[in-house]
Amino acid sequence: MSGVRVLVGTRKGAFILTSDGKREKWQVSEPLFAGWELYHLKGSPADPNRIYASQTSGWFGQIIQRSDDGGKTWHQPGTPPGEPTTLPDGTPKGESNKFVYDDSAETGKPLTTHQWYDGSLKPWEFKRVWHVEPSLNDPDTVYAGVEDAALFRSTDGGQSWQELSGLRGHGTGPDWQPGAGGMCLHTVLLDPSDPKRIFIAISSAGAFRTDDGGKTWRPINRGLHSLYIPNPTAEVGHCVHRIALHPTRPNVLFMQKHWDVMRSDDGGESWREISGNLPTDFGFVIDVHAHEPETIYVVPIKSDGEHYPPDGKLRVFRSRSGGNEWEALTKCLPQSDCYVNVLRDAMAVDALDKCGVYFGTTGGQVYASADAGDSWAPIVRDLPAVLSVEVQTLP
Amino acid sequence: MIRVTLPPHLRKLAHLDGEVELEVEGEVSQRSVLDALEARYPMLRGTIRDHVTHKRRAFVRFFACGEDLSHEAPDAPLPKAIASGAEPFMVVGAIAGG
Repeated sequence: MSGVRVLVGTRKGAFILTSDGKREKWQVSEPLFAGWELYHLKGSPADPNRIYASQTSGWFGQIIQRSDDGGKTWHQPGTPPGEPTTLPDGTPKGESNKFVYDDSAETGKPLTTHQWYDGSLKPWEFKRVWHVEPSLNDPDTVYAGVEDAALFRSTDGGQSWQELSGLRGHGTGPDWQPGAGGMCLHTVLLDPSDPKRIFIAISSAGAFRTDDGGKTWRPINRGLHSLYIPNPTAEVGHCVHRIALHPTRPNVLFMQKHWDVMRSDDGGESWREISGNLPTDFGFVIDVHAHEPETIYVVPIKSDGEHYPPDGKLRVFRSRSGGNEWEALTKCLPQSDCYVNVLRDAMAVDALDKCGVYFGTTGGQVYASADAGDSWAPIVRDLPAVLSVEVQTLP
Repeated sequence: MIRVTLPPHLRKLAHLDGEVELEVEGEVSQRSVLDALEARYPMLRGTIRDHVTHKRRAFVRFFACGEDLSHEAPDAPLPKAIASGAEPFMVVGAIAGG
């Protein structure tokens, strides 16, 4: 029987939530990597047993963890396949992962500074991996979106990482600046129809696209309008919070921006607003139904200064028309006194029929809907603040 | 024999329950102790000293014999009580808030 595995990253560790295809009864794992921040975990579409995790700490830096058995055991990449992951005395062999910006004369210069909050110039400084995105067809290839904003790729299962420095180097990099959460590259979308096309998004720079496998990049922000920057329609500087696409229609992109929910029908060449009747168009998450490319989900948040749902009501909004007309989904979600946030990587959908929708909150709840959002139930209520939610649909 | 204590996050990462005991060749300094530590536990590379600059990470401190040695030169000799194993070299996560 089919099942699902929900990968939850939190401020104090990771948790794996599992259920059969009915998605009614759940098992919640013990904390993994307890005490560390788990910004993101994601399974390989090519091999569901392969899962990558970003384990990070303001004190001790960045670790990449990898599981090759569906999350039962983990190790730091660095051990060649087939070799034991520990020394004879039991010591793990893995090495911490290095994320070193490309400063080579050919491609790295003069990429030395970006804008700081006060407009002064600040050197790029690696802080953490926000998002891991495994290749669609090779379990050993994985992308990492990092802070300060850059895109890295590993082709050896996470052991070594190389920056795709054409992104920082295409010309607008010196004008990027951090959003409130830092200057993070948080979204990586791989185009299933074109292995050379990748979309990424950065707070607070905007969306970018490559059509040659990551060598060259350009901004794709035409149509975005951001009142909080000196030129509201600038080429870069937009605080894009999240982008999503449906794999069967990768030219159609949906975006939750700092303010505004947006849509592009031409691979990001132009955007138009689809906020419609949302109670507020601020928010972080956006996702697309697994089987209905025009059905999308957002969780409106009151404002950039008040990061919680309007009126204390936790509501997912669904549009079945690709935007503009939205319906509130409230069944079994708290409709009073709720003041949690739902962060940008904390929503996911499964591929079962009916489509399952999942999201986690900064209050530690992970909610699931097994009927495309019509009704909800908490899988677990009292985790540490949830940073990310991904789901794997298992045969 | 040099004794090293690590903060809980790093003990967990290195699958350690207690102190580390290390053999250090030559002069016993912060650098030689940390080099020996990272050689023995490679997963700790980058967690105490930056991968690129090899400098102490900002929120990591070094203590020994009741003294804060965080700002001592990496090659300065550590106290004799560390070199003899009488006292541990302590790697500590800085407390920055409650």
